[in-house]
Amino acid sequence: MNKIRLIISREYLTRVKKKSFIVMTILGPILFAALFIAPAWIASMEDTEIKTIAVIDSSSVFINKIQDTDYIKFKYLENTTLDDVRKGFSESEYYAVLQILPSITYEPTAVHLFSKKQPGFAVKSYISSSMEKELRNQKLRAAGINDDVLSSIKSDVSIRTIQWTEDGTEKEGSTEIAMAVGYAGGFLIYFFIFMFGAQIMRGVIEEKTSRIIEIIVSSVRPFQLMMGKIIGVALVGLTQFLLWIVLTFAIITGVKTVLFPQLGTQNAQEVVAQDMFSQNMPDSQQVVQQQNMQEFESIFNSLKTINYGVLIGSFIFFFLGGYLLYGSLFAAIGSAVDNEADTQQFMFPITIPLILGIFVMMNAIQTPDSPVAFWFSIIPFTSPIVMMVRIPFGVPYWELALSMGLLVLTFIGTTWLAGKIYRTGILMYGKKINYKELWKWIRYKY
Amino acid sequence: MELLRAQDVDKRFVNHLALDKVNISVPENSIYGLLGPNGAGKTTLIRIINRITAPDSGGIFLNGRPLQPDDVYNIGYLPEERGLYKKMKVGEQALYLAQLKGLSRHDALKRLKYWFEKFEMQAWWDKKVEELSKGMQQKVQFITTIIHEPKLLIFDEPFSGFDPINANMLKQEILEMKAKGATIIFSTHNMGSVEELCDHITLINKSKNILEGQIDEIRNRYKSNIYEISFHGEIEKLEKTLNAHYELVEKLKVNGKNAVRIKLLHQTNENELLSLIIPTVEILSFNEVMPGMNDIFIKVVNENKNK
Repeated sequence: MNKIRLIISREYLTRVKKKSFIVMTILGPILFAALFIAPAWIASMEDTEIKTIAVIDSSSVFINKIQDTDYIKFKYLENTTLDDVRKGFSESEYYAVLQILPSITYEPTAVHLFSKKQPGFAVKSYISSSMEKELRNQKLRAAGINDDVLSSIKSDVSIRTIQWTEDGTEKEGSTEIAMAVGYAGGFLIYFFIFMFGAQIMRGVIEEKTSRIIEIIVSSVRPFQLMMGKIIGVALVGLTQFLLWIVLTFAIITGVKTVLFPQLGTQNAQEVVAQDMFSQNMPDSQQVVQQQNMQEFESIFNSLKTINYGVLIGSFIFFFLGGYLLYGSLFAAIGSAVDNEADTQQFMFPITIPLILGIFVMMNAIQTPDSPVAFWFSIIPFTSPIVMMVRIPFGVPYWELALSMGLLVLTFIGTTWLAGKIYRTGILMYGKKINYKELWKWIRYKY
Repeated sequence: MELLRAQDVDKRFVNHLALDKVNISVPENSIYGLLGPNGAGKTTLIRIINRITAPDSGGIFLNGRPLQPDDVYNIGYLPEERGLYKKMKVGEQALYLAQLKGLSRHDALKRLKYWFEKFEMQAWWDKKVEELSKGMQQKVQFITTIIHEPKLLIFDEPFSGFDPINANMLKQEILEMKAKGATIIFSTHNMGSVEELCDHITLINKSKNILEGQIDEIRNRYKSNIYEISFHGEIEKLEKTLNAHYELVEKLKVNGKNAVRIKLLHQTNENELLSLIIPTVEILSFNEVMPGMNDIFIKVVNENKNK
């Protein structure tokens, strides 16, 4: 036991002290934070420029009908031809010229937007949605529907989902939140297995090619060395994740207070949401915001109702279980080859179930209780990824227990099998290894 | 007293038999040479003694009882293919390997300090292994092999890769460790070092050990009654005096003097030879020619091949 501890601490310390670890630890959160902050930042930057668009409406349908927004202003030019505007366009204040032909009422392509640069998507979609709405309203009016009916016709639907739990209480849940949490959990596990599994493999190859392996295994059993390495790398991974989470939060909070002091308690996502909704502005902005608030309220409610005990507990379990299952296989691959280039053929059977797991995960997000999702969340090679997606939606305890039990049995099995390959492989040099050879190693008596 | 015994050790790999009923007996406080051509099974036997692999049948006994997992603390092993973690610092690494051999951190530090001073390599402590030359790495590795002061030391081809100065230093250390009571097993192709260092040898060929014993006894066993005589005078004269009991094997010059090698065939002895040739030449020296380990090695291996 003492030796395993020594090995773990060496594996841990040498990796944590590496420059690449430190760089990754610092760079990771900056990237993550950028991912969160960038949309809000861009949203706040984008609209500060006021764009004036000249409208030449020869159909006369849209005069003063397209409403200004905070950043897009419309100027309706009368008795002006397109050529007139074109002459002085580069010196003019206009961002673009909107030309509407008389045939607009029956021909959708009778609108042109002229500008120096390709106009932004927001501008284009705002104009087209405003025009569509205006045309529709006019047609409805022509059909005899009055303005009162028109203003009452717009309706919004926002479904609140409530779960009846077995003890009879009601829980408000959010499908979106469940999806996000599940997706994040499953993807983290996938990412962790690959990234740190590869580190185990490289560590084994390093020991083999530097030939120190024979010295180590004359002091400790190969199995101890393998387990020490797997556990040591796991601790490196956990350390990195922990630092990432802490640093990401620190950076986001820091940047938020520096860059968006006016936001106060609002979070970046709300800014984005607002910005998206602001395109529908002709309807009253207030209604949208109110709706928005309701939605957030419901999200917060459902965030409160998620069973964090089960969620976090099973995340840690599947996280480590999946890692241990694959970690020993990565170690076995490392032991069987002389250099990293030769790992390809053995990586294949490891990669397949993991990628399959990701595909099924995408599917399980839509239909968490489908037979596919069920079976893949029970089968140990994909269960860590797929089960994580199902848990936020609620999974019967017996399924969870079955999946966990099978995972434990399988990782004991793969570790035992990998250990057999490992102890032969680490002392085998200069031989091209195939699956037949690996099978022989497994059957070796020691 | 016998320290280590391998008894009927068998080891089979998939396509060949690496060891076939190998028996060796290593006396305590001796230097024991493990000889044999490439691929004979020496490294496999060494790995079995180090508990890196297990024999299919047979056993290894240390001090008369079967080898235990904890016995690795009493064994120091320098493998043929040497290596260290390249990116790790020398001192850290030596400390780690010493602790794996059961030393406490405190003891390991103290002893490492002693050895680093002795070999004048304190300045290397904080260097990465990859910054050292190959010879320097070998020294570090040697220290980590003996740091726990094991009773049994096993060196696989210890002299390969060392320059003559370091090889000589290694030789001195081996002799010193023997003087302190350690038992040393080493495998080598270098017959010169065998004659110089070993008390006992075993010769492994094609998975079997075909020759084992004390080195003097073996050389006696393989001597072929050849004597070397150097003298003043003419070789032809001497040659004429030899009768059917003798065979002139070789004419040569030793330190500028004429010399011959004569084989005693049968029903004769050294004195008769001397009395025969004394009247013809002035004898300067008369020695029995002992077979070198090199000759014995080649002879035994070839004989074995012809069987």
